Amino acid sequence: MDFDIRRTLTRLSRGRRRAAGSDENRTDDRPVRTDGGASSASTSASASTSGHTSRWTRLRHSEAVQAIPFWLPPALLMGLFVYGAIGWNLLISLTDWSSLLGPDYTDLSLEMYRQMPDDPSFVAAFRNTIVLLVAFTGVSLAIGLVLAILVDQNIRFENTFRTIYLLPMALSFVVTAIFWAWMYNPTTGTINVVLRGLGLDFLTRNWIGNPDTRLAAIIFALTWQFSGYAMVVYLAGLRAIPDAHYEAAKVDGASTFRMYLRVIVPQLSAATTSAAVVLMVFALKAFDFIFVMFGNNPGRSADILAVMMFRVAFSRSQWAYGAAVATVLFLLALAVVGPYLYLQYRRGDL
Amino acid sequence: MAHADADSADGSLARTLEELDTQRIALYVVLVGLIAFYLSPLWGGVTTAFKTDAGFVQTTPLIPPTPEWFTLAPWQEAFGRLQGGLLNSVTFVIPATVLSALFGSLAAYGLTKLSWRGQVGVLVIFLAGVFLPYQSVLVPLRQFWSMVGLADLLSFAPFLAERADLIELTITHTAYGIPICTILFRSYYKGMDDEMIEAAKIDGANAFGIYRRIVFPLSLPMFAVTLIYQFTQIWNDLLFALVLITARSNYVVTQSLNELQGSLAQEYNIQMAGAFIAALPTILVYVIFGRQFAQGITGAS
Repeated sequence: MDFDIRRTLTRLSRGRRRAAGSDENRTDDRPVRTDGGASSASTSASASTSGHTSRWTRLRHSEAVQAIPFWLPPALLMGLFVYGAIGWNLLISLTDWSSLLGPDYTDLSLEMYRQMPDDPSFVAAFRNTIVLLVAFTGVSLAIGLVLAILVDQNIRFENTFRTIYLLPMALSFVVTAIFWAWMYNPTTGTINVVLRGLGLDFLTRNWIGNPDTRLAAIIFALTWQFSGYAMVVYLAGLRAIPDAHYEAAKVDGASTFRMYLRVIVPQLSAATTSAAVVLMVFALKAFDFIFVMFGNNPGRSADILAVMMFRVAFSRSQWAYGAAVATVLFLLALAVVGPYLYLQYRRGDL
Repeated sequence: MAHADADSADGSLARTLEELDTQRIALYVVLVGLIAFYLSPLWGGVTTAFKTDAGFVQTTPLIPPTPEWFTLAPWQEAFGRLQGGLLNSVTFVIPATVLSALFGSLAAYGLTKLSWRGQVGVLVIFLAGVFLPYQSVLVPLRQFWSMVGLADLLSFAPFLAERADLIELTITHTAYGIPICTILFRSYYKGMDDEMIEAAKIDGANAFGIYRRIVFPLSLPMFAVTLIYQFTQIWNDLLFALVLITARSNYVVTQSLNELQGSLAQEYNIQMAGAFIAALPTILVYVIFGRQFAQGITGAS
């Protein structure tokens, strides 16, 4: 079954020459392939019409068989850790497991989910999660769009600007949380020091110590970390818009602002959708950041489902309730990603 | 206005000056101002990390230390505390990165370059895993590994048994890295020319031969992207480590850093030095392989 790569390459270059119509000195004794380098689909189609159906069916069958060792091991690993785990989590959430012993799977109920609306801690975490999702995603998209438009003005050192705006994304939440905890320090932190320096003393406050500003401070820092991502996605989108569209708008006498608002931004909807989905997934995962800043109990003002789940399960051993909170988080992610994947599938992008 | 020819070759001063009208100047002022915003936490971190304890309290945060306040002690202190975590991270991040990229490449090959029924269905299953919030698997994950009892299984080899937590973390990160790696390789393979593969098929190559001799060598650029992406993701993770690493001797770098932050309430200079030490590998990767990094993070969308 082994083959010689050099022979293949030689045949390939001959095939090209043949396609160019200069095939005079064919020396090997193999039959000439007339379809050049067609894809496997068209190969099998043309072959089946020429009467070799059984042979090609067998080949296709064997390709299916041959594919198994490639995708099955990773699929099994994923099946166990991803889908198996989600199912198991769902099962655990139906028990009342809250001890160091194992869960009891014989008595299942929706009790954990019934508790949720009456648990002020859950209600606050749920509310904050939604606020974080919407505000963080919206602000990051807006800043990312502005950054992309500014960087796209045919500027010098474009690479340097882009690299610096995207840099925070290379850092871990642990690192960025440490930086921002310091930035927000009421006395020695940069934010208040700069505000005082500008004579804006009335704006200074204990940003993360104060429950009123805590969530906003978290969202601001996360936006700092991820707006560069939105910029990169928007830049790719902007580069895909033909120059003619800019020129047409100019000819029509549109101002720069109106040109972007009416002509360019509407064409970026695909970029907006995909960036929004990914940013929302980041927001749902923002656990590390809050955990490093506040530990696993950031208070009602900044608690999110991801942190609450960890606290409930891993430090209070209320495993079943933690699993139920995790299910809610999973359903939120599904509500965000499901329609997106379905749209991609419909458009044939999968 | 945009999209004319990019920075042309003659970057003469005269031309530069000619280009500068008020609008352009305003644009550059805004762009540089934004750089200040994006770098201020890092810049402030560096200046703080070189200041003595009294220095970071009594001096302005963004101003570099004067000789009076200058010290290297925070770096030494932070490195001493992070050393073990750094070493543990290196030992588990490298295998997890390589394994997940390899599995992703193999799966993507089986799902795009070989034709069979039900491909798209299996692909969707792989794809959906990318968006999973890890919280929704934490409880079963912990339960699974405690049931497996890896440390006991490895009792014949004390060296491995002591590091069972890290092996669990490696396998876990490999499994959860497969979806994104598959997506990255799939988009690359979709655009790959089938000519060579068809020719090799006619010459009697089987699927494995084609992968080893043609597809794998051609995917090396995508391996660079995927390895870089996975390296930063796995290096930066804290959540799985919190759940799986119990022995203090096995703490990974994000855990050590988190502990450093927790135990030294207000010693910002040591915290900042530690943050830089822990972030150095990913910052280096980002600065050296910026293009591949950007390609990796946008590949998922």
